[in-house]
Amino acid sequence: MTTHTLTTGGEPQRFSLADWWSRNQRKVIPYIFLAPFLLSFVIFTVYPAGVALFLSFQRTRGFQQADQGGGVVLEYKGWANYERLLTKDKRFREAMINGAEFWLGTLLVQMPLALAVALALNSPHVRFRILARLAFFAPYITSAVVVGWIFRFVYDQNFGWMNAALAQLGIDGPAWLRDPSLVMPSLIILGLWTWVGFNSLFFLAGLQNVPDDLKEAARIDGANTARVFWHITIPILRPVFVFVVVTGGIGSFSLFSQPYLLLDFPNTGPFDSGLFPLMYLYDMGFLNIRMGYASAMGYILTVVILIITGLQLLLFRLWKV
Amino acid sequence: MFKPKSERAIGPDRGGLLTMHTILLVGVLLCAIPFVYMISASFRREGDLYKLPVTVYPREWTMHNFHTLFEKTEYVRWYGNTIFTAGIRTVLGVYLAALAGAAFAKYEFRFKRFCFFLVLATLTLPFHMLLIPLFLLMRDFGWVDNYLAIIVPGMVNVFNIFLMRQYIESVPDELMDAARIDGASEFGMFHRIILPLVRPALGVVGILTFVWTWNDFLWPLVVLHDDAKYLLSNGIATMDGPYEVETGAIMAGSFLATLPIICVFLLAQRQIIAGLTQGAIRG
Repeated sequence: MTTHTLTTGGEPQRFSLADWWSRNQRKVIPYIFLAPFLLSFVIFTVYPAGVALFLSFQRTRGFQQADQGGGVVLEYKGWANYERLLTKDKRFREAMINGAEFWLGTLLVQMPLALAVALALNSPHVRFRILARLAFFAPYITSAVVVGWIFRFVYDQNFGWMNAALAQLGIDGPAWLRDPSLVMPSLIILGLWTWVGFNSLFFLAGLQNVPDDLKEAARIDGANTARVFWHITIPILRPVFVFVVVTGGIGSFSLFSQPYLLLDFPNTGPFDSGLFPLMYLYDMGFLNIRMGYASAMGYILTVVILIITGLQLLLFRLWKV
Repeated sequence: MFKPKSERAIGPDRGGLLTMHTILLVGVLLCAIPFVYMISASFRREGDLYKLPVTVYPREWTMHNFHTLFEKTEYVRWYGNTIFTAGIRTVLGVYLAALAGAAFAKYEFRFKRFCFFLVLATLTLPFHMLLIPLFLLMRDFGWVDNYLAIIVPGMVNVFNIFLMRQYIESVPDELMDAARIDGASEFGMFHRIILPLVRPALGVVGILTFVWTWNDFLWPLVVLHDDAKYLLSNGIATMDGPYEVETGAIMAGSFLATLPIICVFLLAQRQIIAGLTQGAIRG
């Protein structure tokens, strides 16, 4: 790509790409480095987001025959999809409520458990910490499909290990996945199994950021362990709490693979007790080919997630101990 | 800080220590049990698994399930597909994330803040809202049942860019300036200075990308319809359907699919955990 120019000394040079490049490459190169990201951002985020917005005001009637172009057959419906989702669609409401229940359920149990595990892992006097850390991390890196399958078998009423363990305690184990009031607890237990250890690693990393001299100084000033924990450790863990709550919220509303396998999708549990928003979106968009409706659902879901995230960040900004 | 020796040696009180050990022991056991079930079920026949009383160990060990897996399903093929796509996506993904990370960490340019804002915005947006339009895009591209659909759309991962930026910031500017004086090109510096210096970070980002691709289910479910093209997650998810295999074989397939992931983490857990937790702690 170089334009070769014959120049004699003193003569003004002709424009040369090579010269220009060697003088300006430092200014231009960041854009070249970022080009793949920017391209991908435009093609796979901005453009689809636009298409989704357009689709969300349409009713889709399936696909054309291949010889007619194979496009999606559309019909403009205005706000009808949104209106229906927000006011009439009971399944969507159920799915959103389930997402919220899962979020609340996992957080309330998960945060204290994860913090307790992190405190234990952080104590220099506790043995086998590396081994324990691995055990706590293993569920998180296991494929959600595998986790869903394992728990489906573990929850089996007659031969599952859950009820076998309960039988040891003299409890007659229930039909975990057939009882509408037990599907959500089953999922929450699965969620705890997957994420407690993972989140504890974040608390652990946060705890390792607590300066020892700070705790020492507080102790010398007469603070006891509980007060040191409450006034020094917890405030320093603030970013970790934010992270765990926010990712937990996003994760809860986009839970898919675990309930899909656990409940044997397209089954969604008795009375939709295990239906999650993303499952419903997939069901509508791909199994019923109502892509406009599903796109509207995607937008509502995104807005809800963004509002939750924003509210949380606000709350944590207000929470200064 | 001076402290009486006896106090330092004792550490936390014995009751506290006991509580901590109990928490960890119970926690580790609870984490392990589902895995124990999976492994145990892989090595037993259906009659043994569904027989009372429930036992932890197989009454009789058998390789029957693995034979079923290899003979009645396309398991080996799915395994190969997954290694192939996850491998390519990882190599490309790491390289592109490092490029973008270097731009943010080592260069000043006009739209830097705006570009970084785009990265952060994408980081908070749930990808799944775009499921439908992305599928339609793949259809227009003719990428349905094509691994390009798995590799390309998620190739430039913003979380990875974020991580790489943090690691590349530690590369000394003096080194790059010295290389510039010696006439190195910016691309040359990226390959000969930045990449070698952040090699551990490349490993972490690479492993995370590989594992995410390996475990991803929803997106492959949307774009791969031909069961010869399936990845492991699709294959394992549908094993009870067309293949009519039994619990033992499903668990055997799950076991073999989980094994490499756990091994990779055994080898590099310290670096991976540090990489994962870094962003969150800095808030």
